[in-house]
Amino acid sequence: MMRARIFVAAAATFALAACGANNDPLSNDTDKGGASNAPSTITVGSANFAESELLAEIYSQALEAKGVQVKRQFNIGARELYLKALQDGSIDLLPEYNGALLSALATGGAPQGVSSPDDVLAALKKVLPSGTEVLDQSAAEDKDTLTVTQETATKYTLKTIDDLKPVAGKLSIGAGPEWQERYQGLKGLDQLYGVKFKTFKPLDAGGPLTLSALLKGQIDVGNIFSTDSAIKKNNLVVLDDPKNLYLAENVLPLIRSEANNPTVSGALNAVSAKLTTDNLTTYLAKVQLDKQDTAVVAKAFLADNGLA
Amino acid sequence: MITYLSNNGDAVLAALRQHIALALIPVLIGFVLALPIGYLGVRFPWLYHPLVNTCGMLYSIPSLALFVFLPVLLGTKILSPLNIVVALTIYTVALLARTVADGLKSVDPLVVQSATAMGYRRLRRLTDVELPVALPVILAGLRVATVANISLVSVGALIGVGGLGQLFTRGFQLFYVEPILVGIILSVLLAAAADLVIVLLGRLVTPWTRFQGAAS
Amino acid sequence: MNLSYLLDPAHWDLADGSIPRLILSHLWYVLLALLIGTAIALPVGLWIGHTGRGSFLAINAGNAGRSLPTLGLLMLMVTLLGLGLAPVLIALTVLVIPPVLTSAYAGIRTLDHRVVDAAKGVGMRPWQVLTKVELPMALPVLMSGFRSATLQVVATATVAAAVGLNGLGRLLIDGLAVNDYSRVLAGAIVVAVLAVVLDLVFALAQRWVVSPGLTERSSK
Repeated sequence: MMRARIFVAAAATFALAACGANNDPLSNDTDKGGASNAPSTITVGSANFAESELLAEIYSQALEAKGVQVKRQFNIGARELYLKALQDGSIDLLPEYNGALLSALATGGAPQGVSSPDDVLAALKKVLPSGTEVLDQSAAEDKDTLTVTQETATKYTLKTIDDLKPVAGKLSIGAGPEWQERYQGLKGLDQLYGVKFKTFKPLDAGGPLTLSALLKGQIDVGNIFSTDSAIKKNNLVVLDDPKNLYLAENVLPLIRSEANNPTVSGALNAVSAKLTTDNLTTYLAKVQLDKQDTAVVAKAFLADNGLA
Repeated sequence: MITYLSNNGDAVLAALRQHIALALIPVLIGFVLALPIGYLGVRFPWLYHPLVNTCGMLYSIPSLALFVFLPVLLGTKILSPLNIVVALTIYTVALLARTVADGLKSVDPLVVQSATAMGYRRLRRLTDVELPVALPVILAGLRVATVANISLVSVGALIGVGGLGQLFTRGFQLFYVEPILVGIILSVLLAAAADLVIVLLGRLVTPWTRFQGAAS
Repeated sequence: MNLSYLLDPAHWDLADGSIPRLILSHLWYVLLALLIGTAIALPVGLWIGHTGRGSFLAINAGNAGRSLPTLGLLMLMVTLLGLGLAPVLIALTVLVIPPVLTSAYAGIRTLDHRVVDAAKGVGMRPWQVLTKVELPMALPVLMSGFRSATLQVVATATVAAAVGLNGLGRLLIDGLAVNDYSRVLAGAIVVAVLAVVLDLVFALAQRWVVSPGLTERSSK
């Protein structure tokens, strides 16, 4: 009697767990079909900031419109982390920025004298990890910037990153934690401009944490993305980058070669053909300011551009 | 919040489903593993203190660190949900092994002696007498482990796999309160539901505790 | 996996972001949260245990508090309040309250009621019964609740770094962001050691504050 009850209880517990698991959330660990064919499902990843997630969603929906099965694995983390996920096959595709990717992959930062979008793309193709490739790049650019408030700019007469050199020892900078080790971060600022900040605050990648810290004066300089509508809204000053620490930063898809096929590249290249800095900024503002859902905004983007 | 839910119903549901699986599968595996381990801590008394200390140690490893290291140790992919499952299983065992040991230790020696006198062998005595008597203590531990797991899963969102935790990171990246609130509320409701299920199951399998309660 | 980050002397100076500084900020979060959490939970737990009123609350507050996901709470608080100490303290205090409240309540409820009756019988006032009899006798149970709260808070305080704050979580989050596993390992080890050391300190404190008359009995 007693044991029968325990058995029933145990069975019920298993049933409970099973109904939680019926869609098999563990499925992305299983083998993805035959190794020779392109996988039937493409896993799309994204970095941990709003624009990357929006672009990843646009890619996903564009692929779905062409009948490709998509699994979304967004919000993974910084480049240092998601590149590993791409290499170990956890994800197949994600939106990238040509210059930042080049800077991350080329030892010692991007090669000298490379700055136009085409130069960057050519240089990037030489250093891509084996088994990965990039597709057509778009005209849309989103650069990392060093941004200050109007007040700070006036106080220290700041126009370019060069102007920071004499005063940086008094200032603090906020950016994603990955900036500590990146060439396009503290290292490059020091090596290229001789700019060394008093303190570094690890916050987020061009996100609201950095923005709010900048606006509240908890940091003096923030890493804000050039497509962020908050720059205009808050009258922030983006410091020029005369030495091209931040190269051309065109949006482009980075994909595992084995996941690529004509349908996939066709769909993604069509997206890249339509993406511009202006429309990216506009649609991103719908996510960042109007708090519209990424999926809704992505859908609108594709519909407005005749892509789906 | 209603608008958020109606626009994102599918994503929220998928996150919830993943959350349930990631939190509860470790509870089941952990429970099964903790029973023999806890028993060993009672059967061999010199094992009890090392066991308790090891469990405390394991529990003080930050979950994020465990999520990050398991791929290195197990050779799994870095975004594999398996990493979360294994990590939470470790925590569950750490919590429950001690509870099982304490539960078995709390069984009145007179009860054990009576059972022995009635002719129970060690294994039968364990399954038919000691375990049922220890069950209320063990179930209390199971409740704690389940609720703790449900809350811990969301940390996985920091590495891209975290059930409802994804709603936290998404909201946080936009300074947008709605998704965070939805995530917290669903997580708490899920914990309450799981807790209730265990309590009800507990009543079902330990009917005698109710009579005792009524008598005192 | 290697220990190079942990063993590098450069990470043990007193510069900003060094391991000792991170330990200090971590400890600061933990101790403040323990202090505030105990200041809230202890009186409430004792009162419920003493009067027997609101036991339902005491038992269920425990599990409800435990079920609040710390990461979500922290992100919510930072979104609402901005960067600062307050969001961390709120999120961690919520973690401290349940075990302390529940153990304070349980410590008193499980006392032999004959002892309490005897105390009343010799003419003690309710306040004296609580502070001279119930509280000292409940201390072992109370301390075990406090110690489990400590273990949990030490491990969980690492999430503060996920929202741009300090503490040993910096080693985990930054290590992850810059792909430096040796740093993540250093963080995990230091956190675990810190938890064990704090537990040891409180274990000693427990031996010191708990009446010897009780420890003999509790070895039953």
